Formats: sequence, structure tokens, C-alpha cells
Amino acid sequence: MSLTENLKKTSLYDNHIALGAKMVPFGGWDMPVQYEGVIAEYTQTRKAVSLFDISHMGEFIVEGDCVESGLDRIVTMSLKDLPVKSARYGMMLNDKGCIIDDLIIFRMEKNKWFLVVNGATTEKDLKHLKFSLKPSAIIEDVSSTTGKIDVQGPLSREVLKSIFPGIEKLEYYTFDFFNYLGKNILISRTGYTGELGYEIYFPWDSIDVLWNNILEDKRVRPAGLGARDVLRLEMGYSLYGHELSENITPLEAGLSKFVDFAKEFIGKEALLRQKEQGVGRRIIGFVSDNRRSPRAEQAIYDQAGEEIGIVTSGSFSVHLQRGIGLGFAKQGTAKQDDKLLFGNEKVRAEARVTSRFFYKGGSLKD
Amino acid sequence: MEIVEHLMYTKDHEWVLVEDGIATIGITDYAQSSLGDITFIELPSVGDEAEQFGEIVSVESVKAASDVFSPISGRVVEINTELETDPALINRSPYEKGWLAKIEIADKEELSNLMTAEEYENFLDSVG
Repeated sequence: MSLTENLKKTSLYDNHIALGAKMVPFGGWDMPVQYEGVIAEYTQTRKAVSLFDISHMGEFIVEGDCVESGLDRIVTMSLKDLPVKSARYGMMLNDKGCIIDDLIIFRMEKNKWFLVVNGATTEKDLKHLKFSLKPSAIIEDVSSTTGKIDVQGPLSREVLKSIFPGIEKLEYYTFDFFNYLGKNILISRTGYTGELGYEIYFPWDSIDVLWNNILEDKRVRPAGLGARDVLRLEMGYSLYGHELSENITPLEAGLSKFVDFAKEFIGKEALLRQKEQGVGRRIIGFVSDNRRSPRAEQAIYDQAGEEIGIVTSGSFSVHLQRGIGLGFAKQGTAKQDDKLLFGNEKVRAEARVTSRFFYKGGSLKD
Repeated sequence: MEIVEHLMYTKDHEWVLVEDGIATIGITDYAQSSLGDITFIELPSVGDEAEQFGEIVSVESVKAASDVFSPISGRVVEINTELETDPALINRSPYEKGWLAKIEIADKEELSNLMTAEEYENFLDSVG
């Protein structure tokens, strides 16, 4: 019996198999972790351009005035001043100020919002939204009809402008609608890699046409979730279930800049209280002294060997050629440049606390 | 998956080459392919005593860490130090340049606990 039987498949599943992908379970989905190899795909994305299937993400459309609908109160980012055809990153919090999910909101029209949430949390998020939105608001779950592919890398604009004329005008965190095969599709200049890139939302059933069309350009290669994780970790981007959860607040996760304290939102009181009392732990970044990599759920120790925290994400950094990690450490410990240890009872390795933004100088804003 | 005829194998996908009482050990093509890009390796020290099927090397790929078990008991007489700076040598050449260590065989009888190339091939088929 196979454990993969209950996993959901994106509409590009057969394409991945044909491309020789190695498939793994990810948040309830059977997803490509790699095709050629994680390092080759990483390098392709940093130096050229890669194509990712991210169709497992959830998407909702909310219609209504942002304040009257209750949407503005559900999310941490400011919506009132978000221009039409712009997007903003933020979070949905619970009463304790902890993170239900992180999301991007696109303002499609004055009173029409496109919400993109994590795949594994889609159902939970929909429930929370339905419960918290005002009865006047209309919410539609379009996850099962919306496919998503990301084109990421310094050459992404060059590759896409022949298929989507005018795409070169898109600024970072803006989007527009483009005509393709008679369909009006949303493309945003956003991503999760730290490179110049675009995210394309396309009707689920026919997304393979676009996938193949983009791959016809020989500069493009497919990349899997393995490379995507190294790319995002080098940028210090949080991943739900790792740096973000219903037990972690944005203050602890280092995401205060995505919280608009000038407005009212669910969880604000708890956050203000935490601000006043001080956070007990906070996110840190650290670099291994050698090629050994930290792994999620390992412990973090100070130099004296006392346990001070936990690793939430770890990987080999191709950029630094060393192991890198994110984790939470008790307040007052693990200061910049401090030495620390990561590992378990049996094996511990040495590392140094650094900025959690491990990779700088990508093509993100070129 | 490449399997080399004159080597012996374990169920944990290690291989061993026996020459003049010395066992050269490594991991198979199947193992390196399953692990993916190898980024770090921790080898034993020369003089360490290995135990058959005991942990001897730890190997990390981009996403995971795994243990390699010694196919044979004995004293470690040489290690492949080239792997410390270029662990991906195991991916490129699992049966030759990517060898891990050489062990002075303590008990030849232990070789009967290993599989021939043909047996290993059948074993791979059975694990799918």
C-alpha cells in the first residue's frame, strides 16, 4: 500500500513525472521536490530562470469594502491605502496574537481582493475568514480552479515579455491582467526566491499549456520545492509550520514591519501586551562553522552547552557553502556574532549568530 | 542504477571491495541518487574500530542527514580526505572516487553476511 494514495495532485502532475521529477508529500500534496538536482536548480534560479509549480497554494476572492467587510480587521497589513493592482504581504492572527497563516492580498478592484494563502492551511483559513468576515462580504474559494506557476530568476522578465507583452512594466509587488489563449490572467511581480520573478495565476485545467509554452524557451528549466526551500531560507523568508504557527507571534517571528499598529485587527491587544512585557524568545539566523547543516527541530545551545532554543529551518546554503539555520532563541541569548551550538544530545556542531538575511544582492528589485 | 559486479553489498546500500585483507567501503549508486546532492560528510578517524553494521560515517544532503553503516568490522586504516572539501564526489563517482574508508578486515567470516551484486540487484527490485 502506498502512502501517496491520499495525496492531492496538481494539474501538472503528469508533466512533473514526464520531466523525471522526484515527488514527495508536502502539506497534503504530492509535489516535485527536484528534477535534475537541488543544487543545479538552485543555481539555475540564481543565475538564469526557473519554473515552479506552486498550484497547491490556496486562493480566495473577497468582495466588499475592506473595512465594512471586516477583511481589514482580519489581517495585519494595511488595506485602505493599498493601490489597485498592488499586493501586500501580511498575516492573519488569532486572539492570542499568534499566526493563523501568512498571506498576500492583491487589490483587484476597489472592492475586490484576491487572497493567496498556504496550501496546507487553506481549509483552516477559509473557516476563519468565513467566521470573521461580516455577513455583507462575499468570499469565494477558488483554490481548486486556480493553478499557479512561478517564473523566478534574473532572466524571468526577458523570457516572459514575449509571451506577455507589457510585463516588463510591472514593479515589485504589483500585478496586472494579461490576455493568454483568450483568458484574462493575473500575473504579479512577486516570489519566494530573492530573485526577479513573477507568479502567474491560471485556470487549473489548462495550466499545462502555459507550463509547456514557457519551457519551450531553452533558457528555462523546471525547479522543485527542494531548491525553492534553499532559495527562501537564504533570503530569511519564513515558512508556515516552521517560523510561523499558532504559537508564534509576528513580534517573535521578526515580522513587525508587516503589522500596521495604526489600525484595528484581531490579535492587536495581545501584541501590544507582548510589546510592553517584552518577547520571551525571538527569531535568529545562524551560520554553521562548516558544511554541516542544522535541521528543523534540533536544539540550539549556548557556548556553555545550555539549551537556549530550537531550530525551525535548516539547510546547506549553496551561496555560503555552509550550513544555515533559522530558529528561536530565548530573549537575551544568541546575540549577533555569538557562538552557539546546534544538534542534539549526541552530536553538536558549532555556528555563529548572523543576520537571518543570508543572501544579499539578488535580482529581486532589478 | 549502476551495480558493480565484483563488489559485495549491504541492505543499507553500502558496498565493499575486498583486496588483500583490506575492505574499501562506499555507498551505492542507488544510495547517492536517493540522497541527492551530498553537501557534508563526517568520516571516521584512522585507527577507529568499526563494527559490522555499526555507524561509521554521517552524510548530509541539502535536505537531510543520514548514517552510513560499516559493512565489516575492523580498524580504519585510510579515509578519503578528498571528500571533506568535495563531498559531491560521492554523487559523481559512488564506486570509485567517492569511496569512504579502508578497513583492515577483522573477521573474514563476516563477508558471508553481505550480498553479491546479483543478490543486491534482486534486493533493489524487491524494495521497488
